[in-house]
Amino acid sequence: MSKESFKVKVGLAEMLKGGVIMDVTNLEQAKIAEDAGAVSVMALERIPSDIRKDGGVARMSNPHMIKEIQDNVSIPVMAKCRIGHFAEAQILEALEVDFIDESEVLTTADEHAHVDKHPFKVPFVCGARDLGEALRRINEGAALIRTKGEAGSGNIVEAVRHMKMITSQIIELKDSDLSKKAEEFRVPLDLVEEVAKNQKLTVPNFAAGGIATPADASLMMQLGAETVFVGSGIFKSQDPSERAHAIVKAVTHFKSAKDVLTASYDLKDAMKGILMSDIPEDEKFSNRGD
Amino acid sequence: MIGVLALQGNFDSHIKILKKINLKHKLVKTRDDLSSVDGLIIPGGESTTITNLLRKNQSLIDGINKLSKNKPILGSCAGLILMSKESNDSRVHNFAFLNVITCRNAYGRQVHSFEAKINVKNGLMSSDIDVLFIRAPKIDKINNDVEVLATFQKEVVAVRQGIHIGISCHPELLNETLIHEICFKGKT
Repeated sequence: MSKESFKVKVGLAEMLKGGVIMDVTNLEQAKIAEDAGAVSVMALERIPSDIRKDGGVARMSNPHMIKEIQDNVSIPVMAKCRIGHFAEAQILEALEVDFIDESEVLTTADEHAHVDKHPFKVPFVCGARDLGEALRRINEGAALIRTKGEAGSGNIVEAVRHMKMITSQIIELKDSDLSKKAEEFRVPLDLVEEVAKNQKLTVPNFAAGGIATPADASLMMQLGAETVFVGSGIFKSQDPSERAHAIVKAVTHFKSAKDVLTASYDLKDAMKGILMSDIPEDEKFSNRGD
Repeated sequence: MIGVLALQGNFDSHIKILKKINLKHKLVKTRDDLSSVDGLIIPGGESTTITNLLRKNQSLIDGINKLSKNKPILGSCAGLILMSKESNDSRVHNFAFLNVITCRNAYGRQVHSFEAKINVKNGLMSSDIDVLFIRAPKIDKINNDVEVLATFQKEVVAVRQGIHIGISCHPELLNETLIHEICFKGKT
């Protein structure tokens, strides 16, 4: 895949900056998200908190459900494939979704390799916990990186950890032996050199996993996220439409505490949320893929 | 000092271009931010999202309308749609700074996005610049008072009306400065 077409993929990620991408499970929710000012929707059959609760194998969503949303909203539509499941990715590309999320929220299909994303025309977003993971995904062709956080938990702690980790590791590159780092991260030296020089990933960097309130969204933006994904946080709350509007406003005006305050006013209860200590290590979504 | 509307979208790539041509910039999120700007960029992004955020802030809409009377405004992609007189999506706000009708996502979904060279004609100058079309709109109808600024395969992709410019694609994503120079250079 040429450099030019990679730029076209990153181009869409650039357009999504300063916005909110919302998980939706049906057309009605997609409409609520669009009306509230979402920049994009992630179409999936079950939101992460339900996947966690229901158990079983979580796969790519039913194409029919994705298509119905594509036909009825004007904003970009994303969908998830399993880690390493390139056939699911091919189907999503044939369906012409706008972005594929190769996601740890679904059950892993390949424990040794992620999808080779270069041959695809459709851009991919992948989750990362640290700089090495982010660079490996970019090297495989991801056009957008998001924190993994802990999806479906309603708990922001993991997203904060991952964002701060990536930021601090980028700063550390300034005084590091870059060829050693490239070896440690298992990526080409020129990629590490570019990140060290620009002090920034080579693709946009978004936050995901556990965002439930306007304050959570503002926190992640202040920590350096360029857009936020909100999964279970909206449609597991008691007032999805109001909350969706509020989180959009909080992202735009994240630096103004007054605006985030106004956005937070009058909201009903957020989703309940789970403590990390209550999720067994082998049930954490963020441990999937490396 | 050029303002860059930063409600949502690719405002940072426009800032990069302004820096490259030595123009100062300022992020615009409220009407107060418009004070002391000599021009405004409405970036790409999702026109429904930007509309939504604009409509929560009527004073910002009023401020942009007022600014347009004597300061240049440049809109790219979603910015073009917002600046047009009419679009095929009635939910989107139309400032009507450009007497054209636009059509959202006219080339299709992201897999149909592409890189291209467009031809810019400004007075006697004619040059080709690199751009990205990202889920781009088309300019369907152009009124007589609007000047064609750039074309791609015979289609009009950039227009100028008075001091304002609208473009359906993204020169700023490929570090092309020409359109920004035409719009703002010598006017600040």
